[in-house]
Amino acid sequence: MSIFDGLKFRKVHSPIHNLDPRMKFIYVIALFVSAILFGQIIPLLALFVLQLPFVLLARVQRQWLRSLRGAAFLAVFIFVINVVTRFFYSGYVLTGADWEYSTAMSLRFMVLVESFSVFFLTTSPDHLGLALEQTRVPYEFSFAFTTAVRFVPVLAEEAQTIMDAQKARGLEMEKGNFMKRIRNYIPVLIPLIVSAIRRSLELAEAMESRAWGATKKRTNLYALKLHRGDFALLALTVGILAVSIYVYLFIPVPTLVQLL
Amino acid sequence: MIEVEDVHYVYPSNVEALKGVSLTIKDGEFIAIMGQNGAGKTTLVKHFNGLLKPTQGTVRINGVDTRKASIAELARNVGFVFQNPDHQLFSETVEEEISFALKNFGFEPEVIEKRLDWALNLLGLTQYRKTSPFLLSGGERKRVALASVLAWDPQVLVLDEPTIGQDHQQKENLRQFIIQMESQGKTVVIVTHDVEFVAECNPRVILMREGKIVADGEGREILTNPEVLAQSSIVLPQVAQIFSQLTILGLPKDVIDIYEAKEILLKALKERRK
Repeated sequence: MSIFDGLKFRKVHSPIHNLDPRMKFIYVIALFVSAILFGQIIPLLALFVLQLPFVLLARVQRQWLRSLRGAAFLAVFIFVINVVTRFFYSGYVLTGADWEYSTAMSLRFMVLVESFSVFFLTTSPDHLGLALEQTRVPYEFSFAFTTAVRFVPVLAEEAQTIMDAQKARGLEMEKGNFMKRIRNYIPVLIPLIVSAIRRSLELAEAMESRAWGATKKRTNLYALKLHRGDFALLALTVGILAVSIYVYLFIPVPTLVQLL
Repeated sequence: MIEVEDVHYVYPSNVEALKGVSLTIKDGEFIAIMGQNGAGKTTLVKHFNGLLKPTQGTVRINGVDTRKASIAELARNVGFVFQNPDHQLFSETVEEEISFALKNFGFEPEVIEKRLDWALNLLGLTQYRKTSPFLLSGGERKRVALASVLAWDPQVLVLDEPTIGQDHQQKENLRQFIIQMESQGKTVVIVTHDVEFVAECNPRVILMREGKIVADGEGREILTNPEVLAQSSIVLPQVAQIFSQLTILGLPKDVIDIYEAKEILLKALKERRK
């Protein structure tokens, strides 16, 4: 579950945590687009390194590393799939370019994970909900979204308790062949789903008894305001996007193989 | 026999839940572990079947170090019933739910059938044999959870908060059941906040506070000591409260049992009349 640890918000004060979630989201999308534009190692590496100052400024290195470690398995998977398909595609030969392209694809994935990880690590669910509301997303949807995010740790803890309860009855999760191991999860998943449904019904009742949805227009105690740092981030975002598009359109990006 | 030697346990979140706990539980003992929330009660009992392994110190079950055995091996001797039955019920019928553990432990089909009948009968669940556990009431689900552990007849039975959400009759049934287990020489460990229940059962009481054992001894001794109890935010059982107010009459303080209280009061009243 380490990949989820890398997405869990912890309350810390840092310049990055104080940034407006809307700006951070635009920044993440800009990185996303840039990463999709390029299929070469050099620009992807640049995009990867570009985010390190954010991670350090926000002091979330440890959790961030954990999310990368969690994603590493999928990155390896992407690499292998690419190598294999390229191998069959190019007539059973592998050139340096093939290796490089496969590495670049894994790197692209890591860039995406990295940026989302920084976003979720530094944005509280409350702020996320506020941001959604202020961008005119209907309250029902923003509420559902924040509640879902908020309940992830609760469900994770519950899953642990359920696993303990079943292990106490002699269930050995790691025993047996592949199919058996998947079946071993049934005694954990059923109670988890049942209790999640039960919990959601209870939550709905509790909310209704506190007059949820009584007024169409809600007011908020806090409102998001853009500060100087947010405009700086916006400028940076526009800059990254502009440079990426310019490079993509007008400069042929060399691959490592061509350089060496 | 359960031997706990200077056990420390630190959760991955760096919370030290146990700070040097030592304890020996002999076969056939009946023990109540009490203490406020976060005192480390559940953390301690989770060491008994290896769900948690000590960060420091050792836990031995019948001489076997829990670090050297799997949970499944330890669970064979130590049955653990969780607080919330909904954390374990998953089968389509009560029957399947109860035989789940038996199959995990590799019992023969004929033995499973026999043990199943025995457990259903013991907890009055025979008529629900083919019912879905999800259709049962809260108290019945709790009994199914208990039956599913009892079925493999473990030597030690750990019950986490068994009285929560149970009405008076169910608590009385539970008490009778524990007495029955005791008479069969089983070790029973309950984790609870319910002073009245403990007072009625009068087991050996272990009082915990902030990851340490602060008192260990007879129920009547600990549950009538207001200073010790106050530290763990536990109030005296009602009977003990009355007797602590009646010391001016020359009555003893350490009374927690209702029947004993009645006898003492009757005797005192008779003497007055003379």
